Amino acid sequence: MRDFWNTALRDLGKIGVAYILITVGAWLVFMILIPQLIMFDYSLRPMLPLREIGGPKDVWTLKNYLVFFSNRLHMAIFFKTIWSSLIVTLTALAICYPIAFYLAKVARGTKVGLLMLGLIIPYWINELLRLFAWQIILADMGILNQLLIFLGIIADPINFRMGNGAVILGMTYAYILFMVFPIYNVMESLDRNQLDAARDLGSSWLRIHYKIVAPHAKPGIAVGCTMTFMLAAGTVAAPQLLGSPSSFWFTQVINTNFECANWNLGAAYATVLMLLCVIFMFIMLKLFKVGLKELTQ
Amino acid sequence: MGQDVELLDVSMRFGEFYAARDINVHIQAGEFFSFLGPSGCGKTTLLRLVSGFMDPSEGKIKIGGKDMRGIGSNIRPTAMIFQNLALFPLMTVENNIGFGLEVRGMPKAKQKKKVEELIELVDLHGTGDRMVSELSGGQMQRVAIARALAVNPAVLLLDEPLSALDLRLRSHMRAELRNIQRRTGVTFIYITHDQTEALTMSDRVGVMSIGKLEQVATPEVIYNNPETIFVASFVGESNIIQGDIISIDGDYALLKTTSGSFFCKNPQHMSPGETATIFIRPETVFLAKEPNADNVLTCSTKNLSFEGSYAVVTLTTEQGQLLTMRLNNDGTVPRIEEGENIKVRFSRENAFLLKNGDSSIA
Repeated sequence: MRDFWNTALRDLGKIGVAYILITVGAWLVFMILIPQLIMFDYSLRPMLPLREIGGPKDVWTLKNYLVFFSNRLHMAIFFKTIWSSLIVTLTALAICYPIAFYLAKVARGTKVGLLMLGLIIPYWINELLRLFAWQIILADMGILNQLLIFLGIIADPINFRMGNGAVILGMTYAYILFMVFPIYNVMESLDRNQLDAARDLGSSWLRIHYKIVAPHAKPGIAVGCTMTFMLAAGTVAAPQLLGSPSSFWFTQVINTNFECANWNLGAAYATVLMLLCVIFMFIMLKLFKVGLKELTQ
Repeated sequence: MGQDVELLDVSMRFGEFYAARDINVHIQAGEFFSFLGPSGCGKTTLLRLVSGFMDPSEGKIKIGGKDMRGIGSNIRPTAMIFQNLALFPLMTVENNIGFGLEVRGMPKAKQKKKVEELIELVDLHGTGDRMVSELSGGQMQRVAIARALAVNPAVLLLDEPLSALDLRLRSHMRAELRNIQRRTGVTFIYITHDQTEALTMSDRVGVMSIGKLEQVATPEVIYNNPETIFVASFVGESNIIQGDIISIDGDYALLKTTSGSFFCKNPQHMSPGETATIFIRPETVFLAKEPNADNVLTCSTKNLSFEGSYAVVTLTTEQGQLLTMRLNNDGTVPRIEEGENIKVRFSRENAFLLKNGDSSIA
């Protein structure tokens, strides 16, 4: 620790160290810690009329959390959100692993640049607009249905937006980059000679991936999965725009609570969601045997 | 056991650039063969062609008499040791060595026995369950050798595997590699830019200039009778004197230079009138005892550096021709002072005449 401070002081000087401490500290305290604590505090208090706030009834209670655990519908939506986010994560992983491998170890020169550009360009457009585009594609008389009818594959339009399919599809599309880049980054650092060596020793490509590439890419896979899962579980735009009116997402329940002015209940639900994400992250770390330090690399 | 490797008119082109051109060589089964050349001369390309990471643009590669075109590196009877070793860092020593066996579906118990044998062979006892990153450079080297030998290759390909080691370890590993090669009888194809490595270990050496195989011969012949100016200048140190051929006498020629006329061997059978270069090794230049014999030069001593078992004397003739002499210290070498004028000679047997300008000089 002492070494750490000495090196920092030598490399950055007193002003530099102070600048970093103040800016990062302020960001941590004001942007993350205090808002989260306020929300947590909200979640532990009952909803009261304005004049009773701060009065004798305004005490800490677990009532809001009990509401959640006793509401079977909300619990069901909560588990559906976990389940669907897992599907989004796994689908994104299945799509992104080959892309990342191709980018990092197969493609050369300008091909890499073009592919990268192709991946990034959609992200120049606002997420909402991209979701609207999907809405247009998947609508009852949308492009996809018209194409399928034109090709004679179907006679009547399919309602793609029934259930969760459209939401999962839209999210997978929206978060692909967050999966590709962490995996690409670690794969990039894999020595090509290791692939050649394994091949030379007689290994099939499947085994090379299972034994050499995937183990090397583990930290990237863990980061990609964590990010995609959190984004999928935490977004409100995708279910709002692509989900069917009958199929609710947990973030929408939270949103409704805030809109109905029951901030306390909303805060409790949001805390539950946050806990879920933290737990998921630790499960990923454990599953991939990756340390917190590696995760940040 | 080893198999023979034949390269027949092999060329490898990358776009317009030939990394190797019209290479012909027949490497015998069980031979220790080295490709020696400067970096970028295409020797690694040759190795990758033999290992099957790519197929030649033109020509044929045969291993054990079988044409290898279209046969991938995972099927060829070769194993490669990479310059950076390319060990699997997330695996233990045992798992690294056993990788090729596992791939072949060998039963676990048999695998374990074979891995133990190999650990024994390369002298790595007690490191089996360690991660490769915990090993020293020399130990990693041994793991790479064992991993490659595990798959019982007929041909072992080594891409400058010793270049990362320190001098002492390198000379130790040289002897070790040579030993392993003798014990296993596997054909070794070794790539290096280090002439000592090539000369000490190999049965035969192929010297390469840019994309071209200049000469294939035993180390002694490569050193004593280089066939081209490239080989003569790349392998070992030489004194170089330029001149014109005046006359021919059997296998010898008389060359007229600014510093006098000299008799020397004429292996390329050049004719009078041609311009040529004499190559003389510093250790074949001696102090002249009979000042009127052939091939004597009068020089002044510019520099003398005493290295213990020998001394290197830098000389220059009146005409400005530089000459290096290496005097063995047998205890009777007369003391030479810097600036002193002395007469030196070389035997016509030890001076060889080569054509100018048929290839670039390293």
